[in-house]
Amino acid sequence: MRDAFIQALTELAAVDDRIVLVTGDLGFGVLQDFASRFPQRYINAGVAEQNMTAIACGMALEGFQVYTYSIGNFPTLRCLEQIRNDVCYHDADVKIVSVGGGFSYGQLGMSHFATEDLAIMRALPNMTVVAPSDPWEAAELTRQVSARRGPTYLRLDKSAAGLPPTPATLGRSRQVRDGEDVCLIATGGILEEAVKAADLLAAQGISAAVHAVATVKPLDPDLVATAGAAKAVVVVEEHTVIGGLGGAIAEACMSAGAAPRRFLRIGLEDIYPTVVGDQRYLRKVYELDAEAIARRTRALLTA
Amino acid sequence: MILYQHNDTRALAIRLRKHALRMTSRAKSSHVGSAFSMADIIAVLYGGVLQVDPSQPQWEQRDRFILSKGHAGSCLYAALMERGFFSEEVLDTYYANGSILSGHVSHKGVPGVEFSTGSLGHGLGVATGMAMAGKMKGADHRVVCVLSDGECDEGSNWEALLFAAHHKLDNLVAIIDYNKIQSLASVAETLALEPLADKLRAMNWAVREVDGHDHVAMKALFDSLPLEEGRPSVIIAHTTKGKGVSFMEDTVLWHYRTAQGDEFEAAMAELDAIEAALTNDRSNIDA
Repeated sequence: MRDAFIQALTELAAVDDRIVLVTGDLGFGVLQDFASRFPQRYINAGVAEQNMTAIACGMALEGFQVYTYSIGNFPTLRCLEQIRNDVCYHDADVKIVSVGGGFSYGQLGMSHFATEDLAIMRALPNMTVVAPSDPWEAAELTRQVSARRGPTYLRLDKSAAGLPPTPATLGRSRQVRDGEDVCLIATGGILEEAVKAADLLAAQGISAAVHAVATVKPLDPDLVATAGAAKAVVVVEEHTVIGGLGGAIAEACMSAGAAPRRFLRIGLEDIYPTVVGDQRYLRKVYELDAEAIARRTRALLTA
Repeated sequence: MILYQHNDTRALAIRLRKHALRMTSRAKSSHVGSAFSMADIIAVLYGGVLQVDPSQPQWEQRDRFILSKGHAGSCLYAALMERGFFSEEVLDTYYANGSILSGHVSHKGVPGVEFSTGSLGHGLGVATGMAMAGKMKGADHRVVCVLSDGECDEGSNWEALLFAAHHKLDNLVAIIDYNKIQSLASVAETLALEPLADKLRAMNWAVREVDGHDHVAMKALFDSLPLEEGRPSVIIAHTTKGKGVSFMEDTVLWHYRTAQGDEFEAAMAELDAIEAALTNDRSNIDA
């Protein structure tokens, strides 16, 4: 996903000289092509995320479209007030790119788990929040994000759903599987687990629809209508259950007066994960994998 | 474009103080001492150093000015009013319900305000980005940022200092309003900055110190910018908090206290007296 992003950005930068890439001293082996092709528009701000975000804002206010690039929580939480006061309040054309959504850096420990970022970025006015589920989608949405002015958070996952390319539109969800009994909704690479869970449920006679939500904010109004009308909704995200996609859908459905009868958020409960392991392993440990999704969905339907 | 002479920038500074006193007293708001401390700096800047055009606030070639110590916003708003960016009626709404003029500087709907601040340690980084963009575009304008001394506690400033020097941003000017007093006590007692000039020199900035109430010295210094080719400039302006009103000067109290009743009258009387003396002074020169 990271490579797809940087390739798309490099192509965009070739035709749009407003594009500037600012890294917080990360991107070893990833950013060289961009840096060598556009040395004047590649800046390593050093290990200084507050300043990285502030200079990005200053440059954006002068007409550039600036991408800040780092991993995990560094480009978001470390410099949250620069994002809030500087970028978002001034509606500056800054795109914040974090490589390593959720448990992407599972072996590195909690400092590197981006598991509250969707909730926190979503709370900021003027901010668009994007979490693709496959490299092709990351590339396509990078192009669409670039075409649209304004602050955006782009959360790039190490994992990928592995689905074939289809049309993807910023602000719209994609239905990737039809089903009648339950509506599974997922964001990011963990969509893969939701799709596998739908297979497991099908084998047990439960027909599950699966929706992919790459734009967490603003939420697709059609998806809200679909969720509100569903018999049961299960939201899956590699993120705390508080305030992320599950929270967004719950809020929107309740506000629309069309809440599904059964509703379950599958994500990290209100804890700091302490187990070490790769992304797939941690999904299993924290009950976010396909088996857990299928088991918990079945329990929801039979409760 | 209205340009003020030295004597006039001194008169302008007194008017800025009178506006700030009226605004903060009416609003029962804080930071009059912070506004007074930088009134001379702001008067010299807006009195002829900064290239700005009230008829086109977004004029591409304008000098960019960021007040990072946004809590002293009353003084900046007053300067913008004096330069003709908006009317005195707007200034009178400072802090009021429904006003565009918030206590800490906001740009929303306020012509002439380049950037909103209020949380300390934000202005210099953004100014640095603007200066970087100016270099990339080959633009001639300068980016000027006024910081407080207490604000230098914020680590984000030191990130920006590193970056600006590394990128040789000699179109960037930081002015530190060094009144030696922060919110609860002196800077020396709170988190000592000294030796400040040495620290900034060691950060590879071109450094000058100036009396932040001496208009002739400041004007000469600002006219000599950049201080050195290939280095960002920082001017340490030694100032007195609450400058202009005897009982406010050099006190921690007037960081937060608001002048009401007799205190307001006494403060205004002192500023009126300074203004009258300046007028006489000019009459003598003119004669």
